[in-house]
Amino acid sequence: MTKLPTWADLVLVPLISLVLAAAISALVILGIGGDPVEAVKVMVDGALGSPYGWGYTLYYTTSFIFTGLGVTVAYHAGQFNIGGEGQAQLGGLGVALVCLALPWPHWTLALPAAMVGAALFGAAWAAVPAWLQAKRGSHIVITTIMFNYIAAALIVYLLVEVLRPAGQMDPATPRFPKGAALPGFHEIPGLSLIFTSKVPANVTFFVALLACVGVWLLLWRTRLGYEIRAFGKSNSAARYAGISPVKVILLSMLISGGLSGLMAINNVMGEAGRLLQNSAEGAGFIGIAVALMGRNHPLGVFLAAFLFGFLYQGGAEMGLWTSIPIELRLLVQGLVILFTGALDTMVRMMIAPFFRPRRKEAA
Amino acid sequence: MDYATLLQVLASTLRLATPLLLACLAGLYSERSGIFDIGLEGKMLMAAMASGAIAAMTGSAWIGLAAGIGASLLLAALHGVASITFRGNQLISGVALNFVASGATVLIAQALFQQGGRTPPLTGAARFEPLALPFVDTLKGVPLFGPFYAQVLSGHSILVYLALAAVPASWWLLYRTRFGLRLRAVGENPESVDTAGVSVIRLRYTAVALTGVLCGVAGAYMATALQAGFGREMTAGRGYIALAALIFAKWRPWSALWATLLFGFLQALALRPDVIEGTLHMKIPVSFLDALPYILTVIVLAGFVGRAIPPRAGGEPYVKER
Repeated sequence: MTKLPTWADLVLVPLISLVLAAAISALVILGIGGDPVEAVKVMVDGALGSPYGWGYTLYYTTSFIFTGLGVTVAYHAGQFNIGGEGQAQLGGLGVALVCLALPWPHWTLALPAAMVGAALFGAAWAAVPAWLQAKRGSHIVITTIMFNYIAAALIVYLLVEVLRPAGQMDPATPRFPKGAALPGFHEIPGLSLIFTSKVPANVTFFVALLACVGVWLLLWRTRLGYEIRAFGKSNSAARYAGISPVKVILLSMLISGGLSGLMAINNVMGEAGRLLQNSAEGAGFIGIAVALMGRNHPLGVFLAAFLFGFLYQGGAEMGLWTSIPIELRLLVQGLVILFTGALDTMVRMMIAPFFRPRRKEAA
Repeated sequence: MDYATLLQVLASTLRLATPLLLACLAGLYSERSGIFDIGLEGKMLMAAMASGAIAAMTGSAWIGLAAGIGASLLLAALHGVASITFRGNQLISGVALNFVASGATVLIAQALFQQGGRTPPLTGAARFEPLALPFVDTLKGVPLFGPFYAQVLSGHSILVYLALAAVPASWWLLYRTRFGLRLRAVGENPESVDTAGVSVIRLRYTAVALTGVLCGVAGAYMATALQAGFGREMTAGRGYIALAALIFAKWRPWSALWATLLFGFLQALALRPDVIEGTLHMKIPVSFLDALPYILTVIVLAGFVGRAIPPRAGGEPYVKER
């Protein structure tokens, strides 16, 4: 098959995949008697038409950056981590335990501590599947799926039986102390001029941007990153070069789980202010779509996370104002994963003819 | 626990194990042919919606069943195209189709019936009614076995017996026919099958289609027999439990029956916390019973209790040599 130029591979293939997913979604909307143009209008207006909309879009973007980076780091080591959802839920548990442990005086102290809690718990939840893959060869995809369900059951148990304060009906932890509340965009000097009403987007967004840079440095500027990428490209070559497979699998999965866990500072600490059931709300799974769409590069992950942030906020508005159910988001998400992750060969074959003649001239 | 309660729990075990068994056997065909399928959940969900919707419209459970199988086959075909023809990543394709199914089922059900993504409740011939097995009355007087026969084995819908019959049928197909030999070979060593002049592509598509049919029956059972109609996310992770059972059963039909009965038993117990408390004299959290199938599967995967070795060519797209 024709080898595509790098730019086509990095930009054109995801773009065409996106167009295909959008086209099928539009057909589905037509099929159920909706108006795709109207739907897009409502989505754009609801997600990007007001500071309020932006506040939600960027809030979702923040969560998806973390889970997308989580999938990315594991992916470079050749590990497909589907466990982001469970790791993010456990990260939420870490955040809750840290926030409830002390009467935090100020968020600047609470945030670093909560980040450690989130990352540690997320990494711990990835540790068992990682160890089983590295040492016993148990397929990481299956074990991480199992751990998602075990995490959900564990959190339900802890919220209902252990962490719920006496006399409270809904299964949730007590509210975090005031000092552990993260400032939203409407409370940050400067930004508050734009975001005049209360929005869920908060300082975690900037932590997410730093995480993008951090992951880029890790993967392309450190020895460990080199080992991870080398191992992901060819297990045998990496092993021959003296790279320990156990170390690469374990470390890449721990970092991956830690990043997914860090998502919890956005939703649990930044937004809800307490740990609820199903706190991750599927963001762990969206990380898969984000990483695939973003071609497993931090910059791509950022752009794809923003796209999905738009899709989530816009989709919610669409569910509110049109007759199209909010579940359209899931359909689009599935289609994006399908085209970018499983049918990418098809997309490449579609555009390959356009690149063939030029190669002939060169040769 | 007295005998009557035990019989109740066992009857509900059989009812709850049926969709797991059908989905598990479905996965068995696909994975034995070398195509990983984590999209069992999505296919079941799609089939449940289609059968619930069509049964509600036509008033016939059988037409609903056919529609369910059709819908499931559609997703199976997509998975086949992505993973066999375009040699895409089978795991990612499965994950993607699960999301597509989650979204599409609610969209379609809502567009058809405007009942918040549900299908209307089914009554009469639109549901598969319980069947009474022969000689129920004659055997009633036999101690122990009589009530067992009447309450546990008899009184299920025809799909339950179909699922049970699918176990020996699958065993026979896999281990006693030429097709089965080739199917198992294509999952272990596709080159050898290709060398023998048998089409790898066609064999794998056949296996994926069988997976589609069985998932279709499983989904239709959920919507038209176990419950009366489709509700959003009604499969509730059963496709993943079936996947766990498949690993637990080490990709073998008879073991699949025992594994799904065990997992069905755990689900039945989770519905009766009073029984557990009465028997063990201690409280076991329902969440623990929910998580137990997954925990057991991880232990089996870890190889501490007998090693689970998947088909060797599983997940690898086949590239024909030229």
